[in-house]
Amino acid sequence: MGLIVEAAIKIVIVFGVVLTFLAYLALFERKILGWIQLRYGPNRVGPWGLLQPLADLLKFLFKEDVRPTTPNPILFSVAPILSLVPALMTYAVIPFGDRFVLFGREITLYITSVNVGLLYLFALSGLGVYGIVLAGWASNSKYSLLGGLRSAAQMISYELTLTLSVVGVLIQAGSLDLVEIVRAQSGTYWGILPKWHVFWYQPLGFLLFFIAAIAETNRVPFDLPEAETELVAGYHTEYSATKFAMFYVAEYANILAVSALATTLFLGGWNGPGAARAPLLGVVYFAAKTAVFLFIYIWLRATLPRFRYDQLMRFGWKVLLPLAFANVVFSSAMALVG
Amino acid sequence: MERALFLIFALTAIVAAFNVPLRRHPLHSVLALLVVLGALTGLYVLLGAYFLAVIQVVIYAGAILVLFLFVIMLLNLRAEEARLERRPLLRWLALPFAALLGVEIAYLVRLFEENPVPSGTSVGVTESIGRELFTTYLLPFELTSILILIALVGAVVLARREGR
Repeated sequence: MGLIVEAAIKIVIVFGVVLTFLAYLALFERKILGWIQLRYGPNRVGPWGLLQPLADLLKFLFKEDVRPTTPNPILFSVAPILSLVPALMTYAVIPFGDRFVLFGREITLYITSVNVGLLYLFALSGLGVYGIVLAGWASNSKYSLLGGLRSAAQMISYELTLTLSVVGVLIQAGSLDLVEIVRAQSGTYWGILPKWHVFWYQPLGFLLFFIAAIAETNRVPFDLPEAETELVAGYHTEYSATKFAMFYVAEYANILAVSALATTLFLGGWNGPGAARAPLLGVVYFAAKTAVFLFIYIWLRATLPRFRYDQLMRFGWKVLLPLAFANVVFSSAMALVG
Repeated sequence: MERALFLIFALTAIVAAFNVPLRRHPLHSVLALLVVLGALTGLYVLLGAYFLAVIQVVIYAGAILVLFLFVIMLLNLRAEEARLERRPLLRWLALPFAALLGVEIAYLVRLFEENPVPSGTSVGVTESIGRELFTTYLLPFELTSILILIALVGAVVLARREGR
């Protein structure tokens, strides 16, 4: 009984923090984009624009829910849910920190640790495609359909690279459990260089993972499914109000999840100076490392133009995939050598 | 608790499985198949076979069914066109196959009743599956991979001929 209560409390805390953070992630994105483009960004609602997410939320809730005439009204309503739920389910296995003792009870700083944690995440990322594809289908609009089709093709193509780029980490850490993978990265080489996978021997794996992750989350420069110059808004063209908000939140939830995963797999998760003695400091390290990725995401959006569709496919299949295979062979060889 | 969950998952799987061939629209059939896979995943988790459960979602739900959806959407199959495919003779072919399946199921149930897998073992764990796959079942495993490779090459050859 105590276990269930503890898990419930942790789930409530994680979801509260994550959802609040997602709302502010949208604000920070607009702020940073503003600064890069020599603007102020949103600064009217509240001090420094800090109440903007709240205003956006109210607006999304009270706007009219416009529905297109479609032969699949149920699918049309279910699609945003199918997109949001897998995105939020990822946080169940992400290790935010190690464990600490509170009132004589050991409390872990993650909701659960499964021995197939990484595969669970890949399964969820595979399910995320359905929301987008079905939204494109059920909207009964040519822009949505094309956006949905593109998204399916793109996500299947880049999922291969995403999965293969992580195989190296699995070989090095010897576990599919995310907590074990983080533990494997504690300590330093020669007392200076942290034993993070990104330094040795997964720098290539890290690069491939990061590029494929951007493509999986449909972000610039891989935001083909919602290319506004050709597809209006892609799969969510026909969506408005709360349903649109779900797609919007799902996109940010995926970005945050992928950033947290990159931190966990390649940047040592909660590891850092002093984190072994003070577990809560580890959470701070984890958040800081994840924030770096989030900034890079926004930075890329402000900097890079969009790929052309055939370039996207050629890059994925003829450049990234062979490199990912090479990385698997290299990692296996390294594991054999020592 | 476990029994209730089993009943929920099993009933969902059976109802959805009936929906796969009964639905007129191919897209709805694919979605029904997706529900079947989801229910089966639940059953695997109840059995403690986490690896199998997750791998099933990754491969079937995450890759193969998405491809089905993709093809259906790309060709924009309609319900009427799909109905033309039905042939009366093929329908009777279902009977012998159903009988064969029934015999197989009966045989497997007998097999497990004679020597059941003790509960609480770690047969479903990633490590034990990997170890068995690369020692006891190495030859079938490698043969399967060659089969997949042949299918892959065949698909490429067919696709290229089409393009010319």
